[in-house]
Amino acid sequence: MTMPLIFEKSKPGRKAYSLPELDVPKKGPDLLPDWARRKQPASLPEVSEVDLVRHYTELSRRNFGVDQGFYPLGSCTMKYNPKVNEDIAALSGFNSIHPYQPEELVQGALELMYEFGRDLCEISGMYEASLQPAAGAHGELTGLMLIRAYHESRGEGKQRTKVIVPDSAHGTNPASAAFCGYQVVEVKSNERGGVDLNSLREVVSRDVAALMLTNPNTLGLFDENVVEIAKIVHDAGGLLYYDGANMNAIVGIVRPGDMGFDVLHYNVHKTFSTPHGGGGPGCGAIAVKEILAPFLPVPVVEKQGDLYTLDYDRPQSIGSVKGFYGNFNVMVKGFAYIRSLGAEGLRKVAETAVLNANYIMRRLKEYYHLPYDRHCKHEFVIDASHQLKYGVHTNDIAKALLDLGFHAPTVYFPLIVREAMMIEPTETESKETLDAFIEAMIKIAELSKTSAEKLQTAPHNTVVGRLDDVTAARRPVLSWTPPEE
Amino acid sequence: MDYVPHTSEDRSEMLKTIGVSSIDELFSDVPSEVKLDRKLNLPPAMSEFELMKYMSELAGKNATTDCMVSFLGAGVYDHYVPSVVKHIISRSEFYTSYTPYQAEISQGMLQSIFEYQTLMCELTAMDISNASLYDGATGIAEAAMMSSRVTRRQEVIISRAVHPDYRRTLKTYAHNLELNVIEVPFEDGATDIEAIRDLISDKTACVILQSPNFFGCIENMALAAEVAHEKKALFVACVEPISLGILTPPGEYGADIAVGEGQGLGIPMGFGGPHLGFLTCRKEHMRQMPGRVAGETHDDEGRRGYLLTLQAREQHIRRDRATSNICSNQALCALAATVYLSWLGKQGVKEVAELCLEKAHYACERLSSLPGFERKYSAPFFNEFVMKTPVKPEEICEGLVKANILGGLPLGRFYSDLSDSMLMAVTEKRTKEEIDTLCRALEGLV
Ligand SMILES: Cc1ncc(COP(=O)(O)O)c(C=O)c1O
Repeated sequence: MTMPLIFEKSKPGRKAYSLPELDVPKKGPDLLPDWARRKQPASLPEVSEVDLVRHYTELSRRNFGVDQGFYPLGSCTMKYNPKVNEDIAALSGFNSIHPYQPEELVQGALELMYEFGRDLCEISGMYEASLQPAAGAHGELTGLMLIRAYHESRGEGKQRTKVIVPDSAHGTNPASAAFCGYQVVEVKSNERGGVDLNSLREVVSRDVAALMLTNPNTLGLFDENVVEIAKIVHDAGGLLYYDGANMNAIVGIVRPGDMGFDVLHYNVHKTFSTPHGGGGPGCGAIAVKEILAPFLPVPVVEKQGDLYTLDYDRPQSIGSVKGFYGNFNVMVKGFAYIRSLGAEGLRKVAETAVLNANYIMRRLKEYYHLPYDRHCKHEFVIDASHQLKYGVHTNDIAKALLDLGFHAPTVYFPLIVREAMMIEPTETESKETLDAFIEAMIKIAELSKTSAEKLQTAPHNTVVGRLDDVTAARRPVLSWTPPEE
Repeated sequence: MDYVPHTSEDRSEMLKTIGVSSIDELFSDVPSEVKLDRKLNLPPAMSEFELMKYMSELAGKNATTDCMVSFLGAGVYDHYVPSVVKHIISRSEFYTSYTPYQAEISQGMLQSIFEYQTLMCELTAMDISNASLYDGATGIAEAAMMSSRVTRRQEVIISRAVHPDYRRTLKTYAHNLELNVIEVPFEDGATDIEAIRDLISDKTACVILQSPNFFGCIENMALAAEVAHEKKALFVACVEPISLGILTPPGEYGADIAVGEGQGLGIPMGFGGPHLGFLTCRKEHMRQMPGRVAGETHDDEGRRGYLLTLQAREQHIRRDRATSNICSNQALCALAATVYLSWLGKQGVKEVAELCLEKAHYACERLSSLPGFERKYSAPFFNEFVMKTPVKPEEICEGLVKANILGGLPLGRFYSDLSDSMLMAVTEKRTKEEIDTLCRALEGLV
């Protein structure tokens, strides 16, 4: 059955809204000149409230979240999102406040931001934080802007034109470097999945502004050479950017600042359990070493005696990367998470996330090709090369998993592994859940030998089957148009 | 407290399967010289009850607009958020999902994005909408960079009457890309369009105006668009979506890109975020647009379905040649806007805009009748206006706090020559009585 759009349920004259009566003397047409007035009303749908609620409830039933089932989407850290944090974030004291209220009237919000920033510095081994970036990619761009400002302040802005990014990096890394005006230089991975030191030495020179690194990287592998890598880059006057998307593997165990990085972004919406909202909002808070602190975006939350303030007076600041102070409501949830777990709880997060990933990896190794066979961190990458000979691809395996009630892993990423499947279980999943997923993966591996076609046409139990993406991109239909009368 | 389900038995069984004797062994690849040899220095863990208590105390240290009467605006507005919005976005099928990469089990989110795109196209009278950007400020920066790609030009003209935070963000982005940002002055609260004529050239990628602008004044957007188009520059209109219930939409005055802050569409003020950046454009610029987009298609059996499309623009495919670095966006806020706009419908969006317009004009008239107060500018306005005050606006606002009123926004910190003025906003939530109380309180203060 085709699910109608809200527009297709519209009937002229129906309404869901209720608004207060106008209680001031009506002036009407006098208030706006004719040229400023809209002539053609916007055709928004006209529906009753119950139909509105049923429509979006039905849509929600056509969606899969962490609360519906296991979500091993690699690189995305789809852990359980604690309900209490949702309740906290819904408090009036965190919602019904205007960003331009006088500081004395928002001391609780500023205190929260200050404390959250301090916690993020302690967890990463950094000096000062900015909570302004709205997501990971935004944090990357901001961090690179700080690096640029640093080089400029030393008169090396023009000379340092390149940012080095490993070939395993997430797409946002090169994109952020480009949007910061840098030329991207790719560096190869070695046979252990880490940065190839010789390739790195070849590309590092006085024209390099920074190296961006994810560690553990997108293969889920910890780069043992990280100290040497940092030294190579620093010796050439470059700085080190840490992509914190994978912090879930190392919280409480090792800190980016201690590994030699100068700036990192967090994905608060991954590591610190804030829900991903079907695509956002996130929080891409950054933390930096002291050398980069003068350049942080304004405003910076400061504590003066017992008073929390917003400091705009930072003469070397890069400016702002967003309106106001960042995605505050996401910070509330992330902060609540950190404070509820404490130091030991956070360490347990990393330990368990790593335990769970290694457990699945060991058990699947017999059935799927494991391109890098060593202890992984919080996630690992397998590929479909054993299944290819039966004509079964990674995408088929992913779709078959949907039929079995699981979300699929991240697929075809990282780019350096053909037919990649990146599996990240997170720490909140029980052994029973992991076992059920493993059984499903084994079943699919068996099915590839006997009934490849069933996999190639999966999913079969979902509200729609595989969708035609080629037509969608070639002849894009991006909004609804009413049928011709 | 933690959310780890393993019993110690589970743990030892799993270690055995892996073939290691301890979890520490799994971290043997982390060089010992950088490993943290102590516990993180964080306050002790809390139980759920203790956490709720602590966080409620922090929340309690903020004065809320549920207890105070607010006339603050400047890009963030105290509109009513209907209950249906909160209930729908609280459905965990939506809020605990990731970006809809697996379309077959994400039709709910994908269809709602498609509906959102349709609603934003309707509201702005433009052809194409993306699925959201971070906020209004980054929306402006993205629109400027998009214009530069479309025109292959490196200069951006923006009015000084555009929100100061948006301009600061634009300049921060522009610096790295060697985009030259030129500011146009305003005259009597509205952009000096003749000055654009003097500044524009065949190097200009776009002209950016906001309407209603930061001062609440409605700009002559049609004329500005004409000036931009004469030099083949794009015209970027920064607009406030609620105002489009009654104001001429960007598509009708020749905008090439419409951007703005969608907070007014059912999203709490929330101390400035998360909010909703929206961006709509003309069809011909579709492939230069930043951000995710949902499209309609069908499956093998001809069933209609939705998926993320035009991905060849995006970072995960195009990497350093992508049209933006954005990955996560503000999806749940876009869902809130979708529900809110469907709740309002064709009539409601007009009605809420009219309420804002009427009440703001009543407030402006009443305030202007107070001795020493007068409206600073004469251009037509929607729900926001600048008031010149007889004593420093900061002092006035301090006094109003004692009467449980959040007064306007003193403008001196944004424009040094406006230290005698404050920006006042009025939404549908303000009553005549509240406005009259404001006036009485002001009389008492001066
Ligand atoms: C490794 C890595 N880096 C960066 C990002 C970008 O983060 P965001 O989506 O929050 O912008 C992601 C998100 O998927 C990621 O996995």
